[in-house]
Amino acid sequence: MILKGRSIFPGQATGEALVSQMGISFYGGVDPETGVITEAGHDLEGESIARKVLVFPGGKGSTVGSYVLYRLKKNGHTPVAIINADCETITAVGCIIAEIPCLDQVDLSLLKTGLILKVDSDNGNISLISD
Amino acid sequence: MILTSEEQYYLTGGAGPAVQKAMQILETLGQIYGAERMLPIQSVQIAGVSYANLGEAGLEWLSEMAEGGGKVQILTTLNPAGMDIENYRTLGISEDFAVNQRRVLAAFEQMGVVTTCSCTPYLFGNLPRFGEHIAWAESSAVCYANAVLGARTNREGGPSALAAALTGCTPAYGYHLDKNRQPTLHVQVEADLRDNPDFGALGKVIGDRLQSTSAGRVPYLTGIEEASLEKLKSFCASIATFGGVALFHIAGITPEAEKYAPPAEKLKVGPAALNQARDSLTDARMADVDFVSLGCPHLSLREIQRIAQLLEGKQVTKEFWITTSRPVKGMADRMGYSDIIEAAGAKFATDTCCVVAPIAGRFEALATDSAKACYYAHAKNHFKTRLLSFDEVIREATR
Repeated sequence: MILKGRSIFPGQATGEALVSQMGISFYGGVDPETGVITEAGHDLEGESIARKVLVFPGGKGSTVGSYVLYRLKKNGHTPVAIINADCETITAVGCIIAEIPCLDQVDLSLLKTGLILKVDSDNGNISLISD
Repeated sequence: MILTSEEQYYLTGGAGPAVQKAMQILETLGQIYGAERMLPIQSVQIAGVSYANLGEAGLEWLSEMAEGGGKVQILTTLNPAGMDIENYRTLGISEDFAVNQRRVLAAFEQMGVVTTCSCTPYLFGNLPRFGEHIAWAESSAVCYANAVLGARTNREGGPSALAAALTGCTPAYGYHLDKNRQPTLHVQVEADLRDNPDFGALGKVIGDRLQSTSAGRVPYLTGIEEASLEKLKSFCASIATFGGVALFHIAGITPEAEKYAPPAEKLKVGPAALNQARDSLTDARMADVDFVSLGCPHLSLREIQRIAQLLEGKQVTKEFWITTSRPVKGMADRMGYSDIIEAAGAKFATDTCCVVAPIAGRFEALATDSAKACYYAHAKNHFKTRLLSFDEVIREATR
């Protein structure tokens, strides 16, 4: 299986998918020290986004959220890649300053938590390594 | 997206890593929003200055950009910081916080940013002209620049505004383009707007309506006969807070209104809707109020003059913050207003405001004339609020 997307920030990474059906607010919704999602009632509440291929529809909330991705990069708890349906400014800027490979305009319905994905944002591809 | 040779040079790192990162941000935003090219800009306003909001993460990034050789190419001013840079102790701000806040300002200063911290840069020389392209990030000032001045900016975030300052350009999309400045909702105001809270309430009514419309976010208002600079800045703050609005037109008042006819989709706003919005921002009893603040957005000299007039010879009974910019405070000093205000026991909280200072949980209830301040008092600081007229707020402080 190969999915196509639009490159927001280039790079290649392989990792386990962590899939949310909800928007993520990095500021206030994610612990900048651990990468654990803290937003009450979120479908990933309590899960860590660290070293995962993080899949969610799009970002929300304060523009300060971009800095949280940068902070996670500095302490090694960033996702290895981010995949969105529609990437907005906060996530895009966060991926650029934290240098996280990021793709959007991807059909997320085929992606499930636990799949091992190879993300190639240089060429706009996502391929399934194994389930 | 087509870049000039200079923009390409920035993107490939020719001007150093900070400028390269800046250009990556702008080029990517341009791609996302379908911009065909960059636009040269004349002015930048950066948000995300308070250490309470930035945290160590934001500070580290700013320091990296400063170390990476970033220098602003155009006039760039800053949003309010988390404290009065000179008199933070009288406001009860800790030394630890002050140290970190100064590190933030030092990083900006190293990049050539003018570290006057205010949400009203248009009151002291960062004043774009009609039609000028700019990149501003304070939501109320974005609205003021677009609507009242007729300049052109999107609602920038902290990093994208800094990126624009370091490169002198911004991608051509959104409110930079004529087609996106057309009004989408006709707001017929059928009530007298007496004071700042009425303008704040109007911003909330329109903002709430925009949550449930599929049309765009550019209101066209009719039925407003008079609106001072102060009332307009209050309205801008409210409609940006409650509706995410970046641009509106007011027939007979704002400069682009006459280019357009009122749009078909209509919202009538009468006294009942305004009163309801006003009431919804008051949940504290008079007796609960232990914190009073004027200056969201930052006060004009005329407003400070009025405060001095009403406080002369009186004593305040509650913590009272007068929030304004350093240059306007300087004028108030010269005119003797500051002495009168401080003799009455009120405190200047210059460079900062009750939205971005680290005061969560410190007070029970805030009395203010600002709908925006009420919103953030609840959402961020867990205070109850009373929304009162400007003069009533001052009377409340001395009760």
